[in-house]
Amino acid sequence: MSLQLMTYLVVGATFALYIFIAIKAKAATTGEFYVAGKGVHPVLNGMATGADWMSAASFISMAGLIAFKGYDASVFLMGWTGGYCLLAMLLAPYLRKYGKFTVPEFIGDRYYSNIARVVAVICLITASLTYVIGQMKGIGVAFSRFLELPFEMGLLVGMIIVFIYAVMGGMKGVTYTQIAQYCVLIFAYTVPAIFISLHLTGTAIPQLGLGAHMGGDANNMFLLDKLDKTLVDLGFHEYTLQKGNTLNIFLYTLSLMIGTAGLPHVITRFFTVPKVKDARSSVGWSLVFIAILYTTAPAVGAMARLNLMETIHPTSGDQAGQWLKYEERPSWFKNWEKTGLLKFEDKNGDGRIQYVGKGNKEFKNEMVKVDRDIMVLANPEIAKLPNWVIALVAAGGIAAALSTAAGLLLAISSSISHDLLKGIIAPNMTDKGELLASRIAMAGSICVAGYFGLHPPGFAAQVVALAFGLAASSIFPALMMGIFVKRINNIGAVLGMLSGLGITLVYIFWFKGWFFVPGTAMAPNNAAHWFLGIAPEAFGAVGAMVNFAVAYVVSGITPAPPEHIQHLVEDIRVPGVVRR
Amino acid sequence: MSDKSEYWRANIRLVIGCLIVWFIVSYGCGILLAPALNSIHILGGYPLGFWFAQQGSIYTFVVLIFFYAWRMNQLDRKFGVQED
Repeated sequence: MSLQLMTYLVVGATFALYIFIAIKAKAATTGEFYVAGKGVHPVLNGMATGADWMSAASFISMAGLIAFKGYDASVFLMGWTGGYCLLAMLLAPYLRKYGKFTVPEFIGDRYYSNIARVVAVICLITASLTYVIGQMKGIGVAFSRFLELPFEMGLLVGMIIVFIYAVMGGMKGVTYTQIAQYCVLIFAYTVPAIFISLHLTGTAIPQLGLGAHMGGDANNMFLLDKLDKTLVDLGFHEYTLQKGNTLNIFLYTLSLMIGTAGLPHVITRFFTVPKVKDARSSVGWSLVFIAILYTTAPAVGAMARLNLMETIHPTSGDQAGQWLKYEERPSWFKNWEKTGLLKFEDKNGDGRIQYVGKGNKEFKNEMVKVDRDIMVLANPEIAKLPNWVIALVAAGGIAAALSTAAGLLLAISSSISHDLLKGIIAPNMTDKGELLASRIAMAGSICVAGYFGLHPPGFAAQVVALAFGLAASSIFPALMMGIFVKRINNIGAVLGMLSGLGITLVYIFWFKGWFFVPGTAMAPNNAAHWFLGIAPEAFGAVGAMVNFAVAYVVSGITPAPPEHIQHLVEDIRVPGVVRR
Repeated sequence: MSDKSEYWRANIRLVIGCLIVWFIVSYGCGILLAPALNSIHILGGYPLGFWFAQQGSIYTFVVLIFFYAWRMNQLDRKFGVQED
């Protein structure tokens, strides 16, 4: 059976499954639409959170990032998992106890201020919308590469699928489809990893294979030593050693952790479990399901890098020490050349491919482009795996993008219908009216996201910095202080959020252009110009510290919050009913 | 001082303890001490600092969250503040 037909079958079958679930899980009340009626089992919610969290970027881009950055990519691995500790211990159980529907709703109530609520809504919508654009693009790319449909067509199909289950089922429909999507994506990620680990090290568990001897033979080198040596011989940096500046790596990790804990679409997932104690364990389950992919990714990255280097410059066999002839390049190489993500330029005209790092004096690098996104997608082809595995990877990538997009769209539409409409503009709306409004808001958000997916604004690539910066510098501190510091009042919280947000945005815009308009950057975006060598992506942690400091000082010199707010804080600190 | 504030103090102590471990495995072993730890190898060919940064810290995070959840459930019962 041809690869394309196989891919149609596998992707089609997963779509049929998602739609079947959507029909089974229709939301009848706002409670079901926003928080799935608070009836989701903590383990299942963990799976749904895993799919919600792991986006096209985690599935497609992360292993490639690791492959090319080596140790320095650890910031993503630790940053995107360590945030769950903060979520479990500092936010999720308390927000679940509060028991409302959205994150801005808690901020508005705790700081008895509609301004605080609106600031939170704006942060939420900006962070989620920029994030969702990336998912839409991912869906389009997956379709166009594997199903050979035009990009627009792929995007449209993706939008229709999300539309069906998100508009009908709300959080309830999204939760159960995300569980199915998690199963698809984790299977699609681990199967090729196991094959490749077996092939290179004879170990079926990639996490152990990464530490094993080449070919599973104790006389051979360790895989990581071999990779270090191969790279250094060709003039690249060692794989396992640090390249970047330590302060930047430290703050980058911290910003990603705080940002992860502050992303509203993730927090809201823990509003769907029945009890406070379920919220605690459910965060643990989420991280279990996420860790399966996140501990496999370093193995995939390192092994893919080694395979790539060995293909171009084998160190054993009859071609040992010879650069690959361009004429003899494998078929996956040709396929990816067509997409423009892989580019070769024969600079010295010898008909062979020289792929070397800056440290190599003998040759110029002729692989002018090796896009990191191709690593996961090309991996099964490089390792010559059967067609069904390649089809599965396509379905997995699409599942990762769809599940994250749906979670983000839900966060956006609930904050529009629940926080803005019901909360501020029309408080007298009936439950039925609000349910209708949230469906319309969802449909509208899908169209807006689809529009931006088709016409990506120039800043689409900067999404990560912005989304995590906003969440880290505004939402996380406001939530944490709301629970842990009774004395923080409305003025302190609002000024804290605005100053944390302000300084982070200014720092990002300073190096990336005001509102990402090209040519308006105040300084070149590189380490030499960054303040203390801190990258814009790593600045969210500094913004969060400013937020904490401002809120604390301002609250200290303005009146304490009223008594009912202090009672509210005492109530959310204990799981059971408080008797006074 | 009521039981409730005693409960809250016990909670804060637990959180601080867990976050110290959280900090040590990631920022400590995975970043600040990683160059020094890399001379030790574990599980075959993993340099220890590299292992903490790309594997070990993640496993520890998982264990920490379940430990925290388990201890908190104990505290809830001890202070009689559990749900239902």
